[in-house]
Amino acid sequence: MKWRSLILAALRSIARNKLRSLLTMLGVIIGVGAVIALMALGRGSQADIQAQIAGLGTNLLIIHPTSSQTAGVRAGSGTLNTLEIGDVVILEENATLLQDVSPVIRVQEQVIAGSSNWNTQVNGVSVSYRQIRNHLMESGEFFSERDVKTRNKVAVLGRTVANELFPGQDPVGVQIRIRNVPFTVIGVLQSKGQSSMGQDQDDIILAPWSTVLYRLSDGKTVRTIMASAVSEEQMDEAKAEIRTLLREAHRIPAGGDDGFDIRDQSEINEMLTRITGTLTMLLSAIAGVSLLVGGIGIMNIMLVSVTERTREIGIRMAVGARPGDILLQFLIEAMILSLIGGIIGILAGVGGAQLLGALMGTAVMVSPLVICGSVAFTAAVGIFFGFYPARKASRLNPIDALRYE
Amino acid sequence: MDPIVLRDLSRTFAMGDTAVHALRGVSLTVARGEFVAIMGTSGSGKSTLMNLLGCLDQPTAGDYVLDGVHVSRLDRRQLADIRNQKIGFVFQGFNLLPRTSALENVELPLLYDRTGRIADPRRQALAALDRVGLGDRIHHEPARLSGGQQQRVAIARALINQPAILLADEPTGNLDTHTSVEVMAVFQELNRQGMTILLVTHEPDIACYARRIIELRDGRIVRDEPVAGPRLADSDLAAWPVSGGGRP
Ligand SMILES: Nc1ncnc2c1ncn2[C@@H]1O[C@H](COP(=O)(O)OP(=O)(O)OP(=O)(O)O)[C@@H](O)[C@H]1O
Ligand SMILES: [Mg+2]
Repeated sequence: MKWRSLILAALRSIARNKLRSLLTMLGVIIGVGAVIALMALGRGSQADIQAQIAGLGTNLLIIHPTSSQTAGVRAGSGTLNTLEIGDVVILEENATLLQDVSPVIRVQEQVIAGSSNWNTQVNGVSVSYRQIRNHLMESGEFFSERDVKTRNKVAVLGRTVANELFPGQDPVGVQIRIRNVPFTVIGVLQSKGQSSMGQDQDDIILAPWSTVLYRLSDGKTVRTIMASAVSEEQMDEAKAEIRTLLREAHRIPAGGDDGFDIRDQSEINEMLTRITGTLTMLLSAIAGVSLLVGGIGIMNIMLVSVTERTREIGIRMAVGARPGDILLQFLIEAMILSLIGGIIGILAGVGGAQLLGALMGTAVMVSPLVICGSVAFTAAVGIFFGFYPARKASRLNPIDALRYE
Repeated sequence: MDPIVLRDLSRTFAMGDTAVHALRGVSLTVARGEFVAIMGTSGSGKSTLMNLLGCLDQPTAGDYVLDGVHVSRLDRRQLADIRNQKIGFVFQGFNLLPRTSALENVELPLLYDRTGRIADPRRQALAALDRVGLGDRIHHEPARLSGGQQQRVAIARALINQPAILLADEPTGNLDTHTSVEVMAVFQELNRQGMTILLVTHEPDIACYARRIIELRDGRIVRDEPVAGPRLADSDLAAWPVSGGGRP
């Protein structure tokens, strides 16, 4: 039997019972629509988060000591339990796979400007920190190597700090006091907004590490070293290099514990993947249930259709339709019914996602893969649930079918 | 080889507790190129016999050998192919597809033709409709055709696949005399070209266009004889009185 006439016959019989066909498709329409819409919204917000992570700085590596808090038991000889400024210098001078290296000396301080005051985090960093974290200047400028060398008391404010201390004013050139040490504000950072963890990334003051280390901290301890690898592909090699260099520098014997820990964004990405994974599972469950319901609807209506058209089946068989021809005819009809439902569902889903996205202000991303997948899946649902009715039709006895009233 | 050989064929229908014996041991041989009229009272088993001959139904007992093949040994698929290739069937109740144009109804058997032996199906279908005088009704659906017109669509459909055997169950039951004779003219023409034809009819006038008459009664053959000097539909039409023309 010719495909064209098969498909035509199927379309005709679907069109003959428009309302019934539409109601039958409803399950598939709702299922596919819901999945497409949620998928588009989910992917959109995932892309938002990924953009935020990229804003954290590209190829970022964060080095922490691991053992300084666990007192007593562990610290064997040669174990690194604090990072020091010398480690930064070693990495700067010897690492080949690192673009930039910066210590981060972190103190939480009360900051006073005139009559206002604000408690915030003061980070002592090097000039390259700006590249590592992708900070852009809103006004003024970042400090220079000279400021670091001469331990100049200059500060760059995050947007939130600037807002709190100098509402509606440009703070550049103004003096502030951090634990009674006067600093001159030389710049304001562009806002980075909230981090993916919901932290305000603008509630911060950056100053030369040397100034913070010797004026505000203990003159020795570096809490964190941040570095950027030369490329995303070489993150792992860069990590290995850091490990080797630091172990050598601290003369950690082979087999000894590192005493430090190097993290990168892949962990944040992993967490995100876990969240997306849960979301995907949820979506799959919705899709599964609704397509099951839709499929049963299709099966039901196909059974009705086979009964209604028993005589037609008899006539077709009488003029030479093989059982396989009848099977194919009803399978194709079920498949097309499901497919049309799927396509309407896709349109409704995309439309719904756009609407919701516009209302909630989130990005909407419709992936062609998901659309192709839905089309294939609904076709499969039609075939699966259409099979039983179609087989029933194909097994009819010609003369019984012809006599059917 | 005779195309149709029946040996002691019976067909019994179970109706609850009772059994209806529609055919009780029919033996019959039909040679190639024969034109047989089957007569008999209502309920005598004519349609039952036609359904068996058309491979639409299976006998309860007995043998049906079609072109040397035992039909009872064929599977559903082979039976379908036989119906498609060898047999043209005109049903007593027309059995046209509803909401489908006359043309598409006529083309239906070709949809299932796998041999591709019929070139240009559309032209064949139009020609078949023309032959039964429905060239101007090709896009009408059965609901918009008269009983006689539907019957003629059914005849055209039976002829479309150029079958070797034509089985027609009261093909003129709904036709006026003139149109009936026209249909018989078509049948006689096909028969001259070698088609084997079995025709069920109530009307003795129609039966004598055939060359052999079989009469059934209570599921048995009670008469089987050649027609002495069958009538010629063509000459009857030529001599038809002008006023009596029954063409709709
Ligand atoms: N499917 C069936 N179930 C039960 N009985 C049947 C069935 N088909 C036919 N019969 C019975 O078999 C007998 C023969 O029926 P059949 O249709 O062959 O008669 P017929 O000779 O074609 O009559 P008519 O001239 O009225 O068409 C009838 O008594 C009928 O009731
Ligand atoms: Mg009958």
